[in-house]
Amino acid sequence: MSAVIESHDHDHHHGPAKGLTRWLFTTNHKDIGTLYLWFSFLMFLVGGAMAMVIRAELFQPGMQIVQPEFYNQMLTLHGLIMIFGAVMPAFVGLANWLVPMMVGAPDMALPRMNNLSFWILPFAFFVLLSSLFMEGGAPNFGWTFYAPLSTTYAPPSVTFFIFSVHIMGASSIMGAINVIVTIMNMRAPGMTLMKMPLFVWSWLITAYLLIAVMPVLAGAVTMMLMDIHFGTSFFNAAGGGDPVLFQHVFWFFGHPEVYIMILPAFGITSHIISTFSRKPLFGYSSMVWAMASIAILSFVVWAHHMFTVGMPLAAELFFMWATMLIAVPTGVKVFNWVATMFKGSITYETPMLFAIAFVVLFTIGGFSGLMLAITPADFQYHDTYFVVAHFHYVLVPGAIFSIMAAVYYWIPKWTGNMYDERLGRLHFWLSFVSVNVTFFPQHWIGLAGMPRRYPDYALQFADWNMVSTAGAFAFGLSQILFLFIVLKTVRGGKKATSQVWEGAEGLEWTVDSPPAYHTFTTPPKVS
Amino acid sequence: MEYQKYYVPEQSKFPIFAATSMFLLVMGAASTINSLGTESNTGKYILWSGLAAMATTLFFWFKKVIQEHLAGLDSAQLKKSFVFGMAWFIFSEVMFFAAFFGALFYVRSFAVPWLGGEGEKGLANMLWPDFESSWPLMSTPDDGAAYTLPEKNLSFPGFSHLLTWLPLWNTIVLLSSSVTVHFAHLALKAGNKSTFNLWLGVTVLLALTFVGLQAAEYYEAYAHYGLTLNSGIYGSTFFMLTGFHGFHVMLGGFMLAVMLIRSIFYNHFEPEDHFGFEAASWYWHFVDVVWVMLFLFVYIL
Ligand code: HEM
Ligand SMILES: [Cu+2]
Repeated sequence: MSAVIESHDHDHHHGPAKGLTRWLFTTNHKDIGTLYLWFSFLMFLVGGAMAMVIRAELFQPGMQIVQPEFYNQMLTLHGLIMIFGAVMPAFVGLANWLVPMMVGAPDMALPRMNNLSFWILPFAFFVLLSSLFMEGGAPNFGWTFYAPLSTTYAPPSVTFFIFSVHIMGASSIMGAINVIVTIMNMRAPGMTLMKMPLFVWSWLITAYLLIAVMPVLAGAVTMMLMDIHFGTSFFNAAGGGDPVLFQHVFWFFGHPEVYIMILPAFGITSHIISTFSRKPLFGYSSMVWAMASIAILSFVVWAHHMFTVGMPLAAELFFMWATMLIAVPTGVKVFNWVATMFKGSITYETPMLFAIAFVVLFTIGGFSGLMLAITPADFQYHDTYFVVAHFHYVLVPGAIFSIMAAVYYWIPKWTGNMYDERLGRLHFWLSFVSVNVTFFPQHWIGLAGMPRRYPDYALQFADWNMVSTAGAFAFGLSQILFLFIVLKTVRGGKKATSQVWEGAEGLEWTVDSPPAYHTFTTPPKVS
Repeated sequence: MEYQKYYVPEQSKFPIFAATSMFLLVMGAASTINSLGTESNTGKYILWSGLAAMATTLFFWFKKVIQEHLAGLDSAQLKKSFVFGMAWFIFSEVMFFAAFFGALFYVRSFAVPWLGGEGEKGLANMLWPDFESSWPLMSTPDDGAAYTLPEKNLSFPGFSHLLTWLPLWNTIVLLSSSVTVHFAHLALKAGNKSTFNLWLGVTVLLALTFVGLQAAEYYEAYAHYGLTLNSGIYGSTFFMLTGFHGFHVMLGGFMLAVMLIRSIFYNHFEPEDHFGFEAASWYWHFVDVVWVMLFLFVYIL
């Protein structure tokens, strides 16, 4: 089925409205995409500032800068803000900008709900951050908020945390419904499922995961709320419940959640690698199948986060093997990216640099994940800095690098201006080096036994912690350069052509740069 | 190739109002809950103003969508977007209940037996050596004053008491309401509006009956059985599952009632064109299926 946009306004203008109301009342997927991306960058800076507090405290052993209580609050908020405020909204922003253009749709399927999904977020994070100023301080139980730390021993602000998670979840679910419906219902004629760009595929699967697990998270925080205030004993063994139940419910959400943060990155990487290798992607359909199997498997591996909690042996074994199984489709993807580059005529513009770094560094994160999946080994690694190194490798040079790659790759399309290539490469090399300086040593201090989540540590970990902190500050400062580059590009620069990149293919490269406020008011033909 | 029009509203004030109301709602709810047992009323005021703002916004938002539809702005394709949207929304609700059913499954199959000393993890029994596991759980591992222990539970009382067992009547009421809403749908498709109104009215009455019976059951549990939210894990799972279900019954019943009002007073809905009603009835069937699961896993097994 195909679509023609119909504008119903009296003055029949097709450009954006003027002033602030453009952003408050907008139903335009490009505006909403822009809002999401800026919001996510703001949260990236806020969460980043908290990371700086954490790393500054860890620069040397002993307590220097903050109180342990405050350290815990920073650690908790850093995790929550980066995951729910920075990475997820950035991907939703990219989906908003790109999915309609890539499938040849006039807009998202449910434009008003789209606006609502976005505007919930600033409120949700306002509620979360306001807890810093409440009696007893902000949540201090870690981003995984295990009971009973988050129930019996939680500060009063936990109630605000719970409700803020509720509305973040509502925002995610509505956003995901919008993406799915757009993809299922709004494709241009001829755009069959197996012709869809991989970013669209990755988001179709991500959206499905979101709708499946965000309600489970809502269930988890609801049980917490009831336990704290209304006398139930879900997570309290004295009443017949079980704190471990919390972990099961949480990780049933939590593991698919980590794939929610990486599948869109897979999609982005596939586009960029193919463009700058000037070759069609190797193994398109295996890429789709790999993502689908990863998504399905991600529902049956959650307890690899709980190997040390005391599960029956059968469960330990099952979750170990199931987790390792995920490495197979993941390996297929890495193989395909490398095979795409093989014998390509590659150029190394900034997006490509970030994409290649993504492939390499994400793979390192995948390997450390495999090590953690070995149950007996995880008894040693669990809750050490090795885990911290693992998930920062998949999330920072993984998810976040892919987001930056995407921004460099598509910003000429969005703004009509080329970014400054020299500065872009500088930003890349600064980030690449500093991210490794920050997180690689954490593998070693983790293997040596440094536990995570403490503001202080034993002397033998001092050297590498100092290095890690130096890297973290370098990484943080490099992102100011990113902000500068983006602002510079928005304000002007060399004009971009429609296709922008020599090897780029897809509907978004057939429209002007910047595209008209409404693209594809009549659907394009896809052959 | 013929192109249909896809209606994209240029701008809308509803979403930002809805987001703001949601903000008031959660701030109000959290402050109210945190100041339970104190004199402070601020939270309640915020909560109520949030609720009122939300209700008003949604009222005008839906009204606008209906007007757009009556003005013929939407297309078959837009309708399909609504259909998909509703279906995925219901799927998200399924997953919400799945979390609570999962919790029930876990405590019944693992946590409680382990606390009672069974199996590989039966070591947990060393915490409370006197505790014996059973389901429904009539005592808690820690029998202290922290819990109100129930004298009776609401599980299947045996065939001799079948007819006085409320949940059975609840089941009958809810299952028949699914049938009546289906009759209403058939009548609507056949173009028979008065039959439609009749069956839909019956459905709404059945919904009200269900809520009434459920309230009676809760009263019974609290007043005569000593079964409360505070009765340990049996009370927790019982009230959370049936409570959220009951809440969804109210919501679904409310949606159906709105459809009834639209049909009677505004003569909405055509034999070929009645998505609002369809969405509400899907929701109703969903609520019904959840009840069947509840009946099975909470009451009978
Ligand atoms: C080959 C793929 C992967 C495997 C086998 C794997 C395995 C694991 C295991 C076993 C743990 C638990 C370690 C412990 O706590 O002892 C873990 C933790 C974690 N993983 Fe992965 N992982 C993989 C990919 C990913 C990806 C793609 C992401 C995110 C984009 C991710 C994010 C995380 C996070 C955030 C944690 C730590 C959660 C916490 O305790 O705070 N992992 N991973
Ligand atoms: Cu995991």
